Amino acid sequence: MATFKVNSVEHTLDIEPDMPLLWAIRDELGMTGTKFGCGIANCGACTVHVNGSSVRSCVTPVSAVEGQEITTIEGLAIAAAGTNSSTTDLTAVQQAWIDHQIPQCGYCQSGMVMAVSSFLASNPNPTDAEIDASITNICRCGSYPRVRKAIRALANV
Amino acid sequence: MKMNRRRFILASAIAGGGVLIGYSATRPSRHRRANKELVQGPERFISSFIKIDPSNDITIYIPHSEMGQGIHTSLSMMAADELDAAWEDVIIEQAPAIDLFANGDLVKGFAGEFGVPSFLMGLVNVSSFSVAELMNLQTTGGSTSIRYTGEYAMRTAGAAAREMLIAAAANRWSVSSTELTTELSYVQHNASGRSLRFGELAADAALLEPPENPSLKDRSQFNIMGRAISRNDIPAKVDGSAMYGLDAHSDDMLYAAIKLTPVFGTKLLSVDASEALAQRGVKRVIELEDSVAVVADNYWRAKKALELVNATFEESEFDKVSSADIAARFDRELAESNGSTDKEVGDTEAALEEAADVIEASYRVPYLAHAAMEPMNCTVHFQGDHADMWTSTQDALGMRGRVASVAGLPEENVTFHQTYCGGGYGRRLPFNWNMIDHATLIAKEFDVPVKTIFSREDDMQQDYYRPAVHNNFKAAFDTNNKVIAWHSRFTGPIQVPGASHIAYDIENQSIRVVDGDSHVPIAAWRSVDHSQQTFFIESFMDEIAHRVGMNPYQMRMGLLQEHPRHRKVLEVAAEAAGYGQNLPDGHALGIAVQESFGSFVAEIAEVSMGEENQPIVHKVTCAVDCGWAVNPDTVEAQIESGIIFGLTAAMYGEITIENGRVAQGNFPDYEMVRMATSPEIEVHIVESGETLGGLGEPATPPIAAAVTNAIYILTGQRVRELPIKNHDFSRSNPVAQV
Repeated sequence: MATFKVNSVEHTLDIEPDMPLLWAIRDELGMTGTKFGCGIANCGACTVHVNGSSVRSCVTPVSAVEGQEITTIEGLAIAAAGTNSSTTDLTAVQQAWIDHQIPQCGYCQSGMVMAVSSFLASNPNPTDAEIDASITNICRCGSYPRVRKAIRALANV
Repeated sequence: MKMNRRRFILASAIAGGGVLIGYSATRPSRHRRANKELVQGPERFISSFIKIDPSNDITIYIPHSEMGQGIHTSLSMMAADELDAAWEDVIIEQAPAIDLFANGDLVKGFAGEFGVPSFLMGLVNVSSFSVAELMNLQTTGGSTSIRYTGEYAMRTAGAAAREMLIAAAANRWSVSSTELTTELSYVQHNASGRSLRFGELAADAALLEPPENPSLKDRSQFNIMGRAISRNDIPAKVDGSAMYGLDAHSDDMLYAAIKLTPVFGTKLLSVDASEALAQRGVKRVIELEDSVAVVADNYWRAKKALELVNATFEESEFDKVSSADIAARFDRELAESNGSTDKEVGDTEAALEEAADVIEASYRVPYLAHAAMEPMNCTVHFQGDHADMWTSTQDALGMRGRVASVAGLPEENVTFHQTYCGGGYGRRLPFNWNMIDHATLIAKEFDVPVKTIFSREDDMQQDYYRPAVHNNFKAAFDTNNKVIAWHSRFTGPIQVPGASHIAYDIENQSIRVVDGDSHVPIAAWRSVDHSQQTFFIESFMDEIAHRVGMNPYQMRMGLLQEHPRHRKVLEVAAEAAGYGQNLPDGHALGIAVQESFGSFVAEIAEVSMGEENQPIVHKVTCAVDCGWAVNPDTVEAQIESGIIFGLTAAMYGEITIENGRVAQGNFPDYEMVRMATSPEIEVHIVESGETLGGLGEPATPPIAAAVTNAIYILTGQRVRELPIKNHDFSRSNPVAQV
């Protein structure tokens, strides 16, 4: 048995302890916003938050998140607004992604938005070098210049 | 003249580019049929791509895949502008995968430009343009959507619908249609001050025959085209709600992990699946001709059990083949075969004989994988003699047809469910069938949906690759250092005609192609032959410039006197990049230019050498002439994307073959440009007002040479083989800028 909260909802699943969180979220819970990209924690498409920190869910066994609070892209805005809020508006990061017209194919962007959200939460005014070191997600469409602009704009707010 | 649909397409294809353009969007049969088959309630199709309901919702159906190029928005802008719709009234819908929305206009465009493209060849009987197969096209590729579907179909559909709405209003008011104008979804009669919304006229308009030659707007009349309008697909891509093929889901769904034969073209011999079958959640182990699949109730379980399957594949003559063998074979072909003519101008052999000096250089690039972020996948659900399917694709109708044919069902018994596409770049075009075929055969064994997924390793090792190409050059000079001959011998195949040709004014040119086949399967890869040839040509041009002591920019400008669009993008890029001005210490600029897919692109890369003696690309300045910009922001986005895609290939990209199989497995072995290695990109759109060019691909070709030309200045080393990462720049000997 594995028990954890996803976007404030507690789930108890009869699954193996070594099942990666990614496949528990996608195949067992049917929540598809979190993406499979590489399976080895290299590309970041599967990024979710565990207690607010970015984690690559494709290599994180469910046993490692027992009893913990997981946020996926679907729950990001609600989590940011606080669990008691009914607000489901976009977060500042999500809005910046629209304002800067960042996603192209968009497949990597769930992970990119999650990675940047936790990064800016811990480092609201990062340098370029800090951005380079922390945001290592792959975007095959090459949205990086726009991601950088959006991060700078968010940092200046 | 009335023609039925099939005859119509045949006639227009044979006519080529110009004569019947526009009709296919507005043929009576099409919108009538759409009204009959697709309409519920009082809404009406006015033309095949435009539906208007009484409350004035204007739905525009887009017969192309949205894979990040913003095509849903841009094509809707083209139709809506000609319609004179208010953009706020427009609803954008993906056209369903039914033959009513086949995009044969694309083929007409190609037929007019340079014949049918190779990636469509299998569908088309060239002598007769066999029609039945053309009906099955809903292809997105070749940077064609805007310039063919947009120009030939969407604008015409909008303009025709507008004239039909005007005619309906003229009837209603008993006035001449010449007295009527349109604006923001209204038809107006200025003389009497009357006006009606399009929604109030749609039912009447739909009864009319579409005009044969609706008049299109002049650019000065555009209200929507030319504006940087936000893409409609983006909001769903920031909150996790955008659905891709991989996101098809149902509670009773099963998942298949599959192991294909590692050496292309060989068959499965035997399987021991006893251990796999004993694993939790495993339903079946399925043996196919070239592969074995484990089907389970969760993908991870299927994948884990697959590792326990002991599969033996047949031996083949390719088992020992390596990249070095393939390269040696290519070099042998180049040495021994005269090949076939691609282009001959003047007498190159004589010029080489008489030349005061000749330089030679051999270039080569490796196979490349597409590596879309969404790994290949396909879900099929068989229920009796019907199937539902989900897959991210560049050709929905093609995939539906393929599933039907593999399953032995009539096409209309297969329902294709549209999703966004998590990257295409050519991988998801028709003929790259491996995932579709396997998913169909696996799902056929079940009556619940089965989702077959390639792991990242499968995706990289079972691709259809950008061909490896070798190109041997010679250039001849007279006593005045003028280039008098260009001699190019390269390994094929030619996927896009003309990519190896040069715009430069050189009197004698001999360009020939030799066989470049191997057992490695190949396909179109973003910008196709231009990705290899532009690296070769623009590098060798740079060698020529340095050989004669000319500035590479001035050299190009001098040899492009007859090509004002090339010259203009070079000029704009050079000025913006500060070419010829002072740079930070240790920085250099490399330049390259290419026309592809109807657009002209110049790129200037600012590069320095890092502490590890590897190049750092700081900035790329790009000027693009795509005629004019339908949506300037998506033009810029496609340029940025194309440059980074090409830069990834230039810096890191290589698929190598060892023991007949692909050596790379995942991103660490096939590295990508990321935030830390992504340059600043500055895009300048040159509005020449010429015919629209494509944008999905043209920014990719020049970047490799732009970077390596800068590396030459910084190190004195000419990079003649990609990727750059394989070169050792520790012994650098910078070249003086000319």
